[in-house]
Amino acid sequence: MSKKKFGGLGQYIGTVGALLILCVILTIVSDTFLTYNNIMSILKQTTFTALTAAGMLLCLITAGIDLSVGANAIFCACMVGMLLNKGVDNAFLLIIVPLIAGTAIGLINGLLLTRLHLPHPFVSTLGMKNFLWGAALLVTGSQMVSGFPNSVMWLGTATIGGFPIGYIVVIVIYVIMHILLTRTALGRSIYCAGGNPEATRLSGINSANVLTFCYTISGLMAGIAGIVSLGRSGTANGATAIQPYDTDAIASCVIGGASFMGGKGTMLGTMIGALVIATLRNGFTLLAISSAVQNMVLGLVIIAAVLLDVYREAMAAFARRREAAAKARA
Amino acid sequence: MSSEYVVELRNCTKIFPGVVALDEMQLAVRPGEILGLIGENGAGKSTLIKVLTGVHKPDKGEIYVNGQKLAFKNPNESAAAGIACVYQELNMEKQLSITDNIFINKWIKGPGGLLDYKTMHKKAKEVMASLGQDVDPTQAAGSFGMGVQQMIEIAKAVLIDAKMIIMDEPTSSLGEKEVEQLMATCRQLRDNGVGIVFVSHKLEELFELCDRVTVIRDGQYVDTRDIKDWDNDSLISAMVGRTLDNLFPKEFGEKGAVALKAEHLVEGGVLDDVSFEAYRGQVLGFAGLVGAGRTETMRAIFGADPLDSGKVFIDGKEVRIKSPAQAIKAGIAFLTEDRKGQGLVLAESIRNNLIMANLKGFCDGPFLNQKRIEETGEENIRSLRIKTPSIDEVVGQLSGGNQQKVVIGKWVNTNAEIFIFDEPTRGIDVGAKIEVYNVMNRLVKEGKCVIMVSSEMPEILGMSDRVIVMRGGRVMATVDRDSKHFNQESLMKAAWGGTLDE
Repeated sequence: MSKKKFGGLGQYIGTVGALLILCVILTIVSDTFLTYNNIMSILKQTTFTALTAAGMLLCLITAGIDLSVGANAIFCACMVGMLLNKGVDNAFLLIIVPLIAGTAIGLINGLLLTRLHLPHPFVSTLGMKNFLWGAALLVTGSQMVSGFPNSVMWLGTATIGGFPIGYIVVIVIYVIMHILLTRTALGRSIYCAGGNPEATRLSGINSANVLTFCYTISGLMAGIAGIVSLGRSGTANGATAIQPYDTDAIASCVIGGASFMGGKGTMLGTMIGALVIATLRNGFTLLAISSAVQNMVLGLVIIAAVLLDVYREAMAAFARRREAAAKARA
Repeated sequence: MSSEYVVELRNCTKIFPGVVALDEMQLAVRPGEILGLIGENGAGKSTLIKVLTGVHKPDKGEIYVNGQKLAFKNPNESAAAGIACVYQELNMEKQLSITDNIFINKWIKGPGGLLDYKTMHKKAKEVMASLGQDVDPTQAAGSFGMGVQQMIEIAKAVLIDAKMIIMDEPTSSLGEKEVEQLMATCRQLRDNGVGIVFVSHKLEELFELCDRVTVIRDGQYVDTRDIKDWDNDSLISAMVGRTLDNLFPKEFGEKGAVALKAEHLVEGGVLDDVSFEAYRGQVLGFAGLVGAGRTETMRAIFGADPLDSGKVFIDGKEVRIKSPAQAIKAGIAFLTEDRKGQGLVLAESIRNNLIMANLKGFCDGPFLNQKRIEETGEENIRSLRIKTPSIDEVVGQLSGGNQQKVVIGKWVNTNAEIFIFDEPTRGIDVGAKIEVYNVMNRLVKEGKCVIMVSSEMPEILGMSDRVIVMRGGRVMATVDRDSKHFNQESLMKAAWGGTLDE
């Protein structure tokens, strides 16, 4: 049992190692990297990515994908901007509207997949991403909105002694989702629906509802991420809806052990993955690397993460074989 | 150096995680013979085939082709040496033409390196014709039946001049006519000097077709004899390693009340006024030809497909079942005929598959009770004799018979009173079959109701207390075990549309 426990955490050694190496390199090349303020700024950066990645992970486990998370988050932020432009300053409304909007968009993604039977969420959520990009520009009249009240900014700006509140919220969400995935019937159903939706349906589990749930949660996470982005940038800007937020989320999940084949992935792994991505982006900024080069490097990181997904499978099989051969020899 | 054998495998050992798949295995095929290969599921047939075709590298052992020692690094090298395989699950590009499928990766090119479809179509037509198939090679492969698709695979083998062709349970998805055609083709290939390895679970096919039969068991070689030196009993006992007195260990329960009653079930174009009653303490067999509407009846009752009209009663009370979830709540278990597609999540562990149909039952509040799951799982593994290194083994790694036992375990773990078994022993070996029958015996003795859909007449006769024969979506006859019609002839007659007198 103890050995198995170790094996459970052992799967993260590679990812944590990569994160540490990255940190060591950045500490050497940059004086400011290993400072309290900078680490806190990485955690702030992680908050947004980790939120979108959390929803993305649920979709990836079901062998699906949600390419609209980034655009959804920005759209939700722009909804707040629209309300502000219309003179709404009720804190409750300013927070609840983006949450509802994000969740509703996730629900629509889920229903498109399960009720209208679109073949793969890749296409439908890609379409949704473009729709939301346009919608975000539309509701703000293509103008950047700023001047949000503190109530809305709080989640993205507030700290306790420098430690970002938003990241604490993320940790709470991750713990809840970890328990959901590993300890509940619903969590089990999510993994099963990814592996074989028909067998799952015939086992009395409503696969369609399970899938819809995953996309809805993904939408809710995007909504929260949208509010975080308001605090971080102080603005709602529809033009940023096509930034590669979705790919950051996917990369976080895959670096953390999720697979495009579905059925795999954990919250802890995804968190480490999100930290890797945020640290990389932070390093780029510290070293004043141009955004063109940043994009290139991150593109390569994502390709590498997918390669990792493929080779991890092969390496696991190799390890099993070696273990079996050793056992047979003994 | 010449040899008596076209392909010979010596002292081959192959180890997978937790299992020795092949243990000093051997196999020798002469040119111009049909060698039957038989063994229980999990005996190592698939691994043996994959070693011969270069998919797996053996940990130990040699392969000789025409007396020459070869080591295959990949399937291409095996194919280049003249070894071809027609897999049970065909690797067909269904959208592409027959020609494309036959010449995949062996394209004939004309001047300028462009594909020469004229020549390829002509050749494809020729080779298909030589296999007794008069087809248009420009048609999509998927538009033909399984029989023709299999011939396309064989045509590929013929075109590369294969010295040995392995056929992995080639008849399992074929109709009667197609089986005859396949056998004729096999004989023809044999007469042309090709060595054929014919893997099958159906003993009568081996007796009809093969020159010699090799039996393997638990990854080990058991025996090879000329077909005249084998009979049913000796083959089975060689396969299971013990003598089986009775292939159908039928035990009788006490006939109880009607557990399930179906009245006038209608599903447009599929079911036409189906009515029947199933009793507690009995096995109700559903016989009929493929497509008679038996599976469709069960799917409709289970809520997997919608009914147009009709009533279903459980323990005398009418129920309206609209989904599998409601059916399970009403106490029905349904083991589907397609265990990989509909029964299991292959990438998940045994532990997780066993609880799938009753997740709520394994929960305390919203949380899964891992201790109870583990205890139940271990109990399932023991009582169903699931052969596995651990409860956490991925189900996809198990043999067919053991996978089927996991499906059974999944349903035993619900609180079902009515068990529908759809082709419960398809594609599993004799030993595992008997264990499935024992589960049915146990269920009827506990006073539960068992419904068994089966296309194997001996199984229907061996295990049923009562039989319903269906044809074209209708009930043709209901036959009790003590009726004079409880025999193969009468049931087949009804299945083919005849009426049984009283």
